[in-house]
Order: sequence, then structure tokens, then C-alpha cells
Amino acid sequence: MKKEITPRDADIMAHLQGTLPMTLTPFADIATKVGLTEEEVIAKVRDYGEKKYYRRFGATLRHQKAGFRANGMGIWSVPDQASRKEIGEKLASFIEVSHAYERPSFEGWPYHLFTMIHGQTEQEVRDIARRMSEAVGIDKYDVLFSIREFKKTSMQYFDHWPGREGK
Amino acid sequence: MDDVDKKILNMIQTGFPVESHPYQSIGAVVGLSEEDAFNRVKAMVDSGVIRRLGASFDSRGLGWTSTLCAMKVPSGRIEEAAAVVGEYPGVTHNYERAHEFNLWFTLIAPDEETVSATLGEIESRCGMGPVYNMPMIQKFKIKVDFQFKEAGGD
Repeated sequence: MKKEITPRDADIMAHLQGTLPMTLTPFADIATKVGLTEEEVIAKVRDYGEKKYYRRFGATLRHQKAGFRANGMGIWSVPDQASRKEIGEKLASFIEVSHAYERPSFEGWPYHLFTMIHGQTEQEVRDIARRMSEAVGIDKYDVLFSIREFKKTSMQYFDHWPGREGK
Repeated sequence: MDDVDKKILNMIQTGFPVESHPYQSIGAVVGLSEEDAFNRVKAMVDSGVIRRLGASFDSRGLGWTSTLCAMKVPSGRIEEAAAVVGEYPGVTHNYERAHEFNLWFTLIAPDEETVSATLGEIESRCGMGPVYNMPMIQKFKIKVDFQFKEAGGD
């Protein structure tokens, strides 16, 4: 946790972690709630972006409702550690891939690279994965589809931030 | 969702204007009045197309830590395990997936000690074997938006 983030900052950011007030002037509304001027809040919010506290500022879509119906977690076995970066970048270059990471393998889990693949149908996602596998020459891979979603939320960092409990 | 909605979404997924009258700027880009732009965004929030409108905080940017975890849960006990896992506010995603490793979740915490303590607690409360911790080693991509093609557009 970064020390330069004050309880006052956490107060302001608590108003940005959900959905903004749905009014014509959302930052003025937040300013009233935290006891600052609208200009001060806008300057703070821009500053938080420059400091990379947040990755982006805007709308998060419910993908199913926006037309992206299927997603699968592609897992790729790349035993040669030296080639993981190049292969990972190649897998990540597919526009249907939203996230791509290297993660640790272990006994019983021979996979090293993870890619979230999005499409209209499961079949389409499998087809994309096959094209990806051909592109990188990795044939030990799998695509894990979700059967049930038990929880999907955005992290409420500032509900539990030290110094502002109980607000 | 028509072309104007798509145009608005393409703009505001990454670039909601941080200024006094954001909907005025959105309207100016898509050719609507401030009120009309606001009403369109509000309708998409109300209908659930927009799940959230705000900042997407970065755990690392805030100095926190995050990880992906998996468990091998006996098939009849998935709901039981998912209920335990889902109680933790740091667990933001929790899915059953079709694999031997069948329960997957993400955990966000202020530090590594909290991650270890939480995973240990989940293991002992579930009593269904280890929680496998798979923190990121290398990041190749995080795509933050999905650009829509507009029917009549480019």
C-alpha cells in the first residue's frame, strides 16, 4: 500500500470505485460530498491517473450484453523458459485476447501462459485458440470455459483503507 | 444499442472526460446535446450494458498485490467451496471451470502476508486440499476496451 495516499485521497477515490453520480456534473457532486471545490476534485482525479493509481477512467461493459458472449481461458505449456516472452507476446497480439500473462507451473499443472480469449460462441473461441496454437507452434494447450460464475465484482479498495474505516 | 451508442461507448470506455461538464464533450464528439448524451449514457447504465462508470483502479498502482488461484474441489462440493471463497471482499472473480482444477478465483490484498493468510484460511475452512497460488510472473497484455464497429462507419 502506497504511503503517499492519504485518507483524504482515499475518501475521494471511494467515490470513483463504483459508478459516478449520474448527473450532468458528477465531479461537482463528489466535491460537495468530500468538502472540496469541483476544480480541486478534477485536479485530484487527473493526478491519480497520472500516478497510475487507475488504469483507465470510464465505462466498464457487461460483455455478454455488449455482444461478446463467450470467453475461454487459454492455457499454454511452454517448458522452454527462454521462449515464453516471445510466445506470450505473439499470443497477446491476437485482437481477440484481452489478457495475457505468464504464471508459475507446478506438479500437475504443466502450463505457463494464460490468455483470455473472447468470441461470439465457444466454437469460435476454440477456433481462435487453434489459430493461436498454429501461430506459435505450441500444441500442448487447453481452453477452460466457465461453467458457473459465482462472483464478479470490482474491488472496493477504499472501503477498507486504513484511516477511513467506518465511513 | 445503435451506432450513436456504440460511438459513445468507444469513446468513454477509456476516455470519460474528467472535466466539469463531461457530457457536453461527449455530445460534441457524437453530435448530440449535453442532455441527449447524458440520457444515452444513463440509459446504458440503467439497462446494465455499462456495468460501472468510474475509475478502474490498478492494484499494483495503489501498491496492493493480486493473484489468480485454483482449487481441485470434489464435484459435489463446488458450491460449498465457492461460498467460502466468495465471502472475502478481496475475491473479485470466482468461477467454476471445466477442468480438474475446477474452482478459480482472483484475490486482491494490501500485501503478500494478507494473501498467504487468506489462502491458508480458505484451505482450512474448506478442507478440500490446497489452494494453488499463481501470481503473475510476466504481463504481456491487458486490453481495457472493446472497440465496436459501427454499421455505417469506417
